[in-house]
Amino acid sequence: MQSSVNEERQATAAPATSASLPPAIELKGISKAFGPVQANKDITISVAKGAIHGIVGENGAGKSTLMSILYGFYKADEGEIRIDGNLTPIPDSQAAIRAGIGMVHQHFKLVENFTVLENVVLGAEDGQRLTPSLSKARKSLTQLAKEYELDVDPDALIHDLSVGHQQRVEILKALYRKAEILILDEPTGVLTPAEADHLFRILRNLKNEGKTILLITHKLREIMDVTDSVSVMRRGEMKGTIPTSTTSPEDLAERMVGRKVLLQVDKTAAQPKENILDIQNLEVIDSAGVRRLKGIDLNIRAGEILGIAGVSGNGQSELMEVLGGYRKGTGSVKLNGQELDLTGKHSDGQSRRHRGIAHVPEDRHREGLILEFAAWENTAFGYHNEPEYNGKILMDNAAIRKTCAEHMEQFDVRPPNPALHARNFSGGNQQKIVLAREISRNPDLLLIGQPTRGVDVGAIEFIHQQIIELRDQGKAILLVSVELEEILSLSDRIAVMFDGQIMGERHPETTNEKELGLLMAGMNTATSGGTA
Amino acid sequence: MQKLPKWADIVLIPLINLLLAFLVSGLVILAIGKDPIVAIQTMIDGAFGSTTGLGYTLYYATNFMFTGLAVSVAFQARIFNIGGEGQALLGGLGVALVCLAIDWPHWLVALPAAAVGGAVFGAAWAFIPAYLQAKRGSHIVITTIMFNFIAASLIGFLLADLLKVPGSMDPATANFPPGAHLPTFNDIFALFGLDIFKHAPVNVSFFVALFCAFGFWVLIWHTRLGFAMRAFGQSERGAKFAGISPLKITVIAMLISGALAGMMAINNVMGESERLILNATEGAGFIGIAVALMGRSHPIGVILASILFGFLYQGGAELSLWEGIPRELVTVIQGLVILFTGALDGMVRRPLENLFLILRKPTKNGAV
Repeated sequence: MQSSVNEERQATAAPATSASLPPAIELKGISKAFGPVQANKDITISVAKGAIHGIVGENGAGKSTLMSILYGFYKADEGEIRIDGNLTPIPDSQAAIRAGIGMVHQHFKLVENFTVLENVVLGAEDGQRLTPSLSKARKSLTQLAKEYELDVDPDALIHDLSVGHQQRVEILKALYRKAEILILDEPTGVLTPAEADHLFRILRNLKNEGKTILLITHKLREIMDVTDSVSVMRRGEMKGTIPTSTTSPEDLAERMVGRKVLLQVDKTAAQPKENILDIQNLEVIDSAGVRRLKGIDLNIRAGEILGIAGVSGNGQSELMEVLGGYRKGTGSVKLNGQELDLTGKHSDGQSRRHRGIAHVPEDRHREGLILEFAAWENTAFGYHNEPEYNGKILMDNAAIRKTCAEHMEQFDVRPPNPALHARNFSGGNQQKIVLAREISRNPDLLLIGQPTRGVDVGAIEFIHQQIIELRDQGKAILLVSVELEEILSLSDRIAVMFDGQIMGERHPETTNEKELGLLMAGMNTATSGGTA
Repeated sequence: MQKLPKWADIVLIPLINLLLAFLVSGLVILAIGKDPIVAIQTMIDGAFGSTTGLGYTLYYATNFMFTGLAVSVAFQARIFNIGGEGQALLGGLGVALVCLAIDWPHWLVALPAAAVGGAVFGAAWAFIPAYLQAKRGSHIVITTIMFNFIAASLIGFLLADLLKVPGSMDPATANFPPGAHLPTFNDIFALFGLDIFKHAPVNVSFFVALFCAFGFWVLIWHTRLGFAMRAFGQSERGAKFAGISPLKITVIAMLISGALAGMMAINNVMGESERLILNATEGAGFIGIAVALMGRSHPIGVILASILFGFLYQGGAELSLWEGIPRELVTVIQGLVILFTGALDGMVRRPLENLFLILRKPTKNGAV
């Protein structure tokens, strides 16, 4: 295994540097430690000019650290960086920009109330007076838009733009600064499939113009679609670089995790029974007076998983929050035939839990867990008033610790240490702590948001199995995820949300990403949903 | 990952901070032409050298324990109660009203009644800002600060116009009945035939404060309410998810905080002056903030920090008395301690963390 990886590393060097040109990026023996944690260990990588190069790896594999070193956020302990063959120290991001490196962060760094033009110019002004810079930028923006399909209205305010367009502004910013090398960190996380396709077209155009692109992603499909070569990282080490044409998603997953991984969810057909949840005309108006949910009708039956597909921010979170009891709404929601209180005294999370609704929230760090609490305290979080965790006056901390230890064993949480703070667990293990807590309450309905966001491939498999198992026990499950693949593989029925409305329902067997993608963008092609 | 061993975090850092504060204080004393070594000797001697001095130190420490715990309990829910001063003032009113209400037969009866009186008044004074914050979003830092001024004016008005002994020029209530006299340490040790803690105001309230510290620990780490308060403090969204009402927690945390601040009055009003006078709190409410900061909102830390500030108060008083060092300079020293232990904590922490990382590395490599 080890020797074959080395072989491939040798092999890629040849086609990548076929021309006499030196590689655009060459990292040699990069190491970086944070205290006792070795984030990057002797990383060597070389990317040919004009290539799209993917970097994959699980959370904590060291991808972000490596890119941060390349972009000057961190200084490597050892190793050297060569750009176009020249030794280039990059002490800060200014140096990175001078070296022709541009970065598109996962979370955009744009000034929301500035126009596109102002954002592009910000930090790259030519002098005290803005007007000449702006008109120069306007000219170059028009040019770039034509060349690369990067059309954005230069005078639009950022907060009026869609996420896809905001991302284009980030790319424009980098190009305006004469970037020859573009780093994109998880660029499709917030995009619809159509927007992602457009992004990939832009990337190919950039490539044809000789730009070099580094694409960091955990979506193996994208790696296969768009990259020329791919590097796999695991636990701070480079596990080899391979031409994309010679690999497969299964192969990449195995290299990332270090063992065989089941990418396809293994499940039998659903056996849905009686109606558990019945939502009619559910409306939510937020504190700013914006209608977030515009009359939702949904139902979930026992023993089925209803998946909600949609680009984030289209009302999925609000739906979960209303059902979970921490947002008020109007309309009718029936659980087991009985009306839920949506506005009054019994519309809080405690009442919901008593009614048999468990909730794995979308935001694990700020809602699902208290990161500063020990794991055992998180086991009682939300259920801290339950009699089994309490004596007459004092909490029964010993009982909670015991339950936590049991959960850790059942869900294979590592390290199995109830005293460790939640912050110190990896994303997958944090999610297992939450999932164990919620599933163990034996709920009638489980709300589960982004079950595998920031979760390593190995843990994804386990979490998916747990969800399927719960379904097979006859529970109703409402799944919200921005990962279409996850929705398609887990759900028994799929509802697509756009702008606070259900655009239609589909069955996973009879639909595809393209159709769902159109619905997610608000285009309903078929007249009636997939009720048939 | 733990960057520092626990002992370094809890003991070493405050100690270094304190040392730095004293170092700079020494320079200041040097600058006005006095000998810092003599000064520190005078302070230590004055605060711990005799049982009377110690008695004063512990008396001040008792005040700070109450207000320090008050600030800490609110801070566990990440609420900044800057209003300890006003709540303690109002607590004084509650204690005075209870003590003057009847001719108390014995202090054992009077003490719990007075404690409840102080707690209720303090809590009531904290309730208004708490409610305004929870319901209307008025920032509690601003409202509690304002309520300190309102409390001072209110007490001034009541003492000058309503509670004053008729015919007296002194804006103070009548003396409390003898049955409301709390045994001082001097009284207690007299039972064993010892004549120590002479003239020192430290009294049984000291033990009430220690008991409150214990109750604090139980409440925060062993009850549902404490769990909910800490959860709310760490993440308001998380608390909402768990079905913890932010309104309820804000109000309850502030009620407990105000009650603790109000209970301080059993020490200074009932135990020491035995009547309610103007400015009875002498800034103890504000010192409580520093104490909570330095004690990291933990009861043990609060107790230790209270004794430190008791030492600064008592030793500082001695300094101005014997060394001719102006009182204001003592305030400078206290300010420096607060500055170094609170605001400049990171200045020591960061280099120390790096030091520990460097120290740790060779052992790690050696093990591999």
